[in-house]
Amino acid sequence: MKIQGYRRENGKVGIRNHVAILPSSVCASETAVRISNLVPGTVALPHQHGCCQVGADSEQTINTLIGLGSNPNVAKVLVVGLGCEGAEPLRISEEIKKTGKEVQMITIQNCGGTLKTIEEGARIARKMITKVAMLKKEEIDISELTLAIECGGTDTTSGLCANPAVGTASDILLSHGGTAMLSETTELIGAEHVLANRAVSSEVKDKLLEIVKRTEDRAMSLGVDIRGGQPTPGNIEGGVITIEEKSLGCIYKAGSSDIQGVLEYGEIPSSGKGFYVMDTPGQDIESITGMVAGGAQLVIFTTGRGTPTGFPIAPVIKITGNETTYNNMIDNIDINAGRVITEEASIKSIGEEIFSEMMEVSNGKPTKSESLGHKEFGIYKIAPTF
Amino acid sequence: MKVKAIVAKGIDNVASVISFIEKNEVVGVNLDGEIKEVFVNHSVPYGHKIALRDIKNGEDVYKYGEVIGRATDDIKYGDYVHVHNVESKRGRGDWKK
Repeated sequence: MKIQGYRRENGKVGIRNHVAILPSSVCASETAVRISNLVPGTVALPHQHGCCQVGADSEQTINTLIGLGSNPNVAKVLVVGLGCEGAEPLRISEEIKKTGKEVQMITIQNCGGTLKTIEEGARIARKMITKVAMLKKEEIDISELTLAIECGGTDTTSGLCANPAVGTASDILLSHGGTAMLSETTELIGAEHVLANRAVSSEVKDKLLEIVKRTEDRAMSLGVDIRGGQPTPGNIEGGVITIEEKSLGCIYKAGSSDIQGVLEYGEIPSSGKGFYVMDTPGQDIESITGMVAGGAQLVIFTTGRGTPTGFPIAPVIKITGNETTYNNMIDNIDINAGRVITEEASIKSIGEEIFSEMMEVSNGKPTKSESLGHKEFGIYKIAPTF
Repeated sequence: MKVKAIVAKGIDNVASVISFIEKNEVVGVNLDGEIKEVFVNHSVPYGHKIALRDIKNGEDVYKYGEVIGRATDDIKYGDYVHVHNVESKRGRGDWKK
């Protein structure tokens, strides 16, 4: 099966054609946003991190920024640094350059302040926009797609219809040789034994059980009941009363495919195509960031309560199993899987509809979150800032 | 009688409500197309759960064919099942010591 996409210098495929303005730290974020505002068609990725972080936490932020710049939905990158931050802008730009794409780097301290940086940055970005507009799409096999699967604002309908339908759509992509990722380790607590049985090897099974234990231990170290944080008050109001119930509903998104591997946050799958689990937190935005940094070009997002979430460099398709939510937030939700309940539509037919929407969006159709300009973005921190 | 609840898997002892249920209403519960009649003892909001059997205090609660928690009170057939009578068995940092 074929789609139209952008073949990048390293052979990877983009379904969008972004010029990213990537600040290496919080100190450069406002300036990056102002550069992007001056040059329509660019997208900035402002964040709160990149300085005074240590060890694994620092590496995770840096690797995430490198992963986002390297994502094939991004055609060219302008890295904007302050000049003295821990997430060194030179290192980030050199690493992204390994993909073969054009990367330029400027720092505020080198340019001589905000105004000079904006001027220089906007000039670079303007040239990039022109060059990117000339790139031609070509026929691409859908086996080159990596799908990120996310859920947020879960209610009872998520586990009953939206997640199983997404699982069907994911299985279809995988049957065509593609790749998919499930995330949110917190939302595997209580369901890990079910998923672990689908691991391709005992190593993968052990790693899956290990990341869930690690997450549960971290929550328990705080000395409180996880309920209230997970499930959230909104989940509970929506009928999901324990983390086990939430998790067991969540894993329907994984369809029926074997699990090829367990990825660290932002890690690119290296052991071939197929289905993966990425160790991310249950917070939607940070979770999506990890999967897109890991190379996902397309995001599918189920929601029972409704959420507007988008992402700066990857389209997010929103699906709800709750018809009331669909009608209430029709400007945000792309597909109503609630017809499983209200019209007795089959999970399979809704799954096929989701897959067909994935193909159209891959070919360029904007999702509702894209057309409304939603660009939620956040990096998962794993230690305090010093 | 209207179908107002769905059972995810045959061994489950709760069903998910897909339309608001009035107190003392008799509703249909759907398990794979087979409709069973249940007398519901309480009003139950959309998306919440009802008991399909008596569940004793401390007994496991099943949905999706798996344990989603345990009862913290004796639950009767047809009762409203929610956070007031079910608790999680996982992530219980408050149980330590």
